[in-house]
Amino acid sequence: MTQTAETYLDKTELVLNMGPQHPSTHGVLRVILKLDGETVNGTDCVIGYLHRGIEKLAEARTYPGFAPYVDRLDYIAAVSNSMAYCLTVEKLIGAEVPARAQAVRVILTELNRIASHLLWLGTHALDIGAITPLFLTMREREFVLDIYERYFGARLTTHAFRIGGLPRDIYDGFQKDVLDFCDYFIPKVDEYAQLLTGNRIWVDRLTGVGVLNVADCKAYGVTGPMIRAAGLAWDLRKALPYSGYEQYDFNIPTCENGDTFDRYIVRMEEMRESVKICRQAVANLPDGPVMGKVARVLKPPIGEAYVGIEAPKGELGFYIVSDGTTNPYRVRVRPPSFINLQALDKMSKGALVADLVAIIGTLDIVLGEVDR
Amino acid sequence: MNWNKLIRTVFLVDLFQGLAVTFRNQNPKNIVTEQYPAQRPTIAPQFRGAPVLNMNPETGETLCNACGLCALSCPEKLIVVKSERDEATKKKVLTEFTFDTSRCMFCGICEEACQSDAIELSKAFEMASYSRDGQVWDRKKLEDGHHPPQFKA
Repeated sequence: MTQTAETYLDKTELVLNMGPQHPSTHGVLRVILKLDGETVNGTDCVIGYLHRGIEKLAEARTYPGFAPYVDRLDYIAAVSNSMAYCLTVEKLIGAEVPARAQAVRVILTELNRIASHLLWLGTHALDIGAITPLFLTMREREFVLDIYERYFGARLTTHAFRIGGLPRDIYDGFQKDVLDFCDYFIPKVDEYAQLLTGNRIWVDRLTGVGVLNVADCKAYGVTGPMIRAAGLAWDLRKALPYSGYEQYDFNIPTCENGDTFDRYIVRMEEMRESVKICRQAVANLPDGPVMGKVARVLKPPIGEAYVGIEAPKGELGFYIVSDGTTNPYRVRVRPPSFINLQALDKMSKGALVADLVAIIGTLDIVLGEVDR
Repeated sequence: MNWNKLIRTVFLVDLFQGLAVTFRNQNPKNIVTEQYPAQRPTIAPQFRGAPVLNMNPETGETLCNACGLCALSCPEKLIVVKSERDEATKKKVLTEFTFDTSRCMFCGICEEACQSDAIELSKAFEMASYSRDGQVWDRKKLEDGHHPPQFKA
């Protein structure tokens, strides 16, 4: 049997399959590793094991009818997906969202950012060998999900927002629930920091692993905490404010080295910033309606719209083409996980197999969003 | 390496700080985990669970006027509403209503589309069945509401 030069392996190299059933690949990701001993010489990702054709499904659904499906993209941050989709359709039809609905959306998406980062922190630490943080982060995430259950009626696949506003006004005691969570949560972040930030094992395992500088991030289109850890303060909430983010006072945490430890620090700080935004939004919650004027049967004019938002994992964008009927002509999702995953090969070159687990963890991918 | 860092490294200060967190959480005051089968969970009133078809509490007649908006708005097209026209009153009368819960994703769009508060996603949630046919609920099942059997552990 002859092999072409590209697939011919050096005698010292070994090809190993990692996944699709591997606990550290966070789902059904298959990574083909080219190993020289313990060193990774190259990786090749095989994706598509969770492909459901969500973009195609949209073409057979009405605009409001497709809204619950976007929850299944990044199911850890379902509210952010709903936000991005609703904003795009609202741009397409030119609908105005009332100020109260915008503020409530901000609160709920920031809580979602916290929940997403908590799950990332727990599983990332578990991958590296620290089991304790998982139990603590899951406990705090539960409080966010309880707020979701009380407001949306579901915990994970929330079907959060409607085109033009919110499904209903907030329930009595919503503000108290959010503020209670904010007060409860900040000492808990300090607790995680106490467990991990100074821990020698944690620091030594993460420092200098999976380095990605700003130029590489830009070349790959990597966004979110990954580019902020590399040192570029790029955050769509500040750069292209949507849903009234310009009125809130918060910082964009950045680091310099762009390694796995810096990404951990950035995400920890982002959770604190999210709490700050939640507090401000609850304190200045405007009165008024929660639903804008939207036609009952949505028929957007012929055209196209793209809106990107800062999801927990990076820039999440929806690009929708309308042909004037009730169903979208084409829906394209720009998923942060999928685009961040491209950088895996660059980040893992020369790393050890054990570090590869840390690198996949730090990418914070959700396979539902990678495969769609 | 400065002295502070050296001392912290030699005496494993950071590791003991982490251990302190672990031991602080040994006997938590607030237990978040629910002991589910033994202890019934508290479900929020807004929860979207098993579908029911509401009746008028006074007359005992169905609130559904067979307009079919729920079937039209359902993204999965899993609701089938069949009706016939009453010759005397010239109104639509509901004859058949099936809801395929195995395909339902509990988005609540049918509930929002309903003009007469007939279809509702209730708080009941234990909807397992032994066959796929058992997942397709007819009008009687929807009107009775979902009452899963309860067993003592």
